[in-house]
Amino acid sequence: MQRQLARQIYYDMVLARLFEQAAAEQYAQGRIAGFLHLYPGEEAVAVGTLRAADTGDYVVSTYREHVHALVWGITPEAVMAELFGKATGCSGGYGGSMHLFDAQRRFLGGYAIVGETFPVAIGVGYWLRLTEAPDAVLCYFGDGAANQGTFHESLNMAALWKLPVLFVCENNHYQIGTEIHRHTAVPEIHRHGTAYGIPGRRVDGMDVVAVYEATRMALEHVRAGNGPYLLECETYRYRGHSMADPGAYRSALEVAELRARDPIDGFRERVRREGWLEQAELEQAESEARAAVEAAVKFAEESLEPTNLEQDVYVQPLDLYDGAKA
Amino acid sequence: MKRAHNDKAGLIGISRPAPVLQVWQALNIAHDEVMARDESVFILGEDVGLYGGSYRVTQGLYAKYGEWRVRDTPISENSFTGLGVGAALVGGRPIVEIMTINFALLALDAIINMAAKLRYMSGGQFKVPLVVRSPGGVARQLAAQHSQRLEHTLMNVPGLRIVAPATPQDAYWQLKQAVACDDPVIVLEHELLYFSEGPFDPGAEPPPMHAAAVRRRGRDISLIAWHRMVDVCLEAARELETDGIDAEVVDLRSLRPIDLPLLLESVSRTHRALVVEEDCRFAGAGAEIAATLNEAAFFELEAPVQRLAGRDVPIPYNARLEAASIPDAAAVVRAVRGLLGPREK
Ligand SMILES: Cc1ncc(C[n+]2csc(CCOP(=O)(O)OP(=O)(O)O)c2C)c(N)n1
Ligand SMILES: [Mg+2]
Repeated sequence: MQRQLARQIYYDMVLARLFEQAAAEQYAQGRIAGFLHLYPGEEAVAVGTLRAADTGDYVVSTYREHVHALVWGITPEAVMAELFGKATGCSGGYGGSMHLFDAQRRFLGGYAIVGETFPVAIGVGYWLRLTEAPDAVLCYFGDGAANQGTFHESLNMAALWKLPVLFVCENNHYQIGTEIHRHTAVPEIHRHGTAYGIPGRRVDGMDVVAVYEATRMALEHVRAGNGPYLLECETYRYRGHSMADPGAYRSALEVAELRARDPIDGFRERVRREGWLEQAELEQAESEARAAVEAAVKFAEESLEPTNLEQDVYVQPLDLYDGAKA
Repeated sequence: MKRAHNDKAGLIGISRPAPVLQVWQALNIAHDEVMARDESVFILGEDVGLYGGSYRVTQGLYAKYGEWRVRDTPISENSFTGLGVGAALVGGRPIVEIMTINFALLALDAIINMAAKLRYMSGGQFKVPLVVRSPGGVARQLAAQHSQRLEHTLMNVPGLRIVAPATPQDAYWQLKQAVACDDPVIVLEHELLYFSEGPFDPGAEPPPMHAAAVRRRGRDISLIAWHRMVDVCLEAARELETDGIDAEVVDLRSLRPIDLPLLLESVSRTHRALVVEEDCRFAGAGAEIAATLNEAAFFELEAPVQRLAGRDVPIPYNARLEAASIPDAAAVVRAVRGLLGPREK
């Protein structure tokens, strides 16, 4: 792995971990409210997949999407400010944690209804094919979302019309408190594509290099006009489903076992073993990430709140559209 | 079926004699025009392509524009409507046809949770120029699951615009305006109106998409309706004439927003109003219109605005019962007489 990329990936994962820790602290202090779904444990999935994508690609994510937004280039300031509900947030304070958007970077949200990412992604994919654009769509979803009707509906259409969509399952084995063997008859999610002729594979989602490499291959397949691909990343979340979840449905032992395979620790060891980066470079990345998160919190605290309740419900005020263009 | 409001009185915008067309044909022409003019427009839905559309609305377009712009979909309402949302976010102007409004219940997530909210939730970064067209209403003995009306559900959603054309001319104008609009627009069509006729002049100047229209001028009461109930009210108005009652008939044309200024103007002349709707009475669209008028025109009104609506039952299959479940001209006449009280001749 190139030095540059290794450093980037390490920085991304550390930033992700520290950002979410800071978000939890700010939530505890009452500066962030609502539903807050954190990502610790799952970093290798967002980082590995998105670093393998091109900047022209589109990203459609779920409500557990802070890290996707950060890796995709939305600044920690803009993400944290959004969690704080501030006007400087990446959705102007109107979306919050579950609805991060960035039109310029082609970050299309932030969907809090389980299973919504599929139709949005195939819509973008359809448009890309219709306009013969070279880009692809990365569509994220949880293991629980694979039982939603839109998963099956959209996979069928994506395959039927060979849409350039990479479906990425973030299989953290839980749908809130329901473990995957209790919610899915065939828990190997990548095999669900078979019904629609969509190739797929399962990859160790705690291993960022494996995720990265699998994504490169998958995107090559998608970009070559072969239609969609289904990549299942097996991962784990350390915290509860959201800040409201004490996590009583699983044992401390289970969590400890998974923590032992921590994606950041694993990558750090690999980096050392392979000699990709020096210790000093790792430490440098860590302190940069720490500074970025501190700056983000400060920025969010100092930012102003949005004040206009009714703006942007419509492009044109309801009774002013005269259809003149028609 | 000849359209009642061929009467010169009502039609907006048309001043010269125009050829007569059916509603489906006017919609077909509008589709063709917007597709020819704007390559970002594409149509998708069940049987819109090769088959030509359940009500022939998209007939001929598949051959002309090809499968990528006229896409036959599987029966997956939520996902193909959501597909429209996704495409609209990145530059497309999709027209989604939902075969009938009954099936739109399966697409409400895409319409209500996505199309209507994405602009707001993203802090105004995106627009969603999506059109969803769907036929609905009580047709001919289709029974409860195929006779749904969904106005009330959709009207309650900020972020949506809703139009309800009743004439070929309005169908043509409002579809084109809906496609040109940068916000999501629901075009509610009525199953019994597709083959009804009316004058059609593609060159006439359209009123704003949401403007209501006075179809018949009158002095004594404003009958407020949309879709097929406009015809029912016009028929009732002719009957009431023999009683010496001069009813005004307003075709709302748009359900979100509602053209309140026009309604207020009408009521300021008639001082009485009856909202006539095909949908169930309880918590229906008529309740919103009546309440708004009662608040806004209180001092103009000689009596509270009343509603005449469908009965609060699922629509029955039996023809006699079906007819009894929604207002007809006789019911409108009775309601108006009740409202105006006995009159000296
Ligand atoms: C349609 C819908 N049903 C239920 C919920 C409530 N809910 C939010 S997240 C969630 C679990 C989703 O699990 P999964 O897809 O595995 O994603 P994860 O949270 O594990 O990342 C549920 C049931 C919802 N948001 N949307
Ligand atoms: Mg899960």
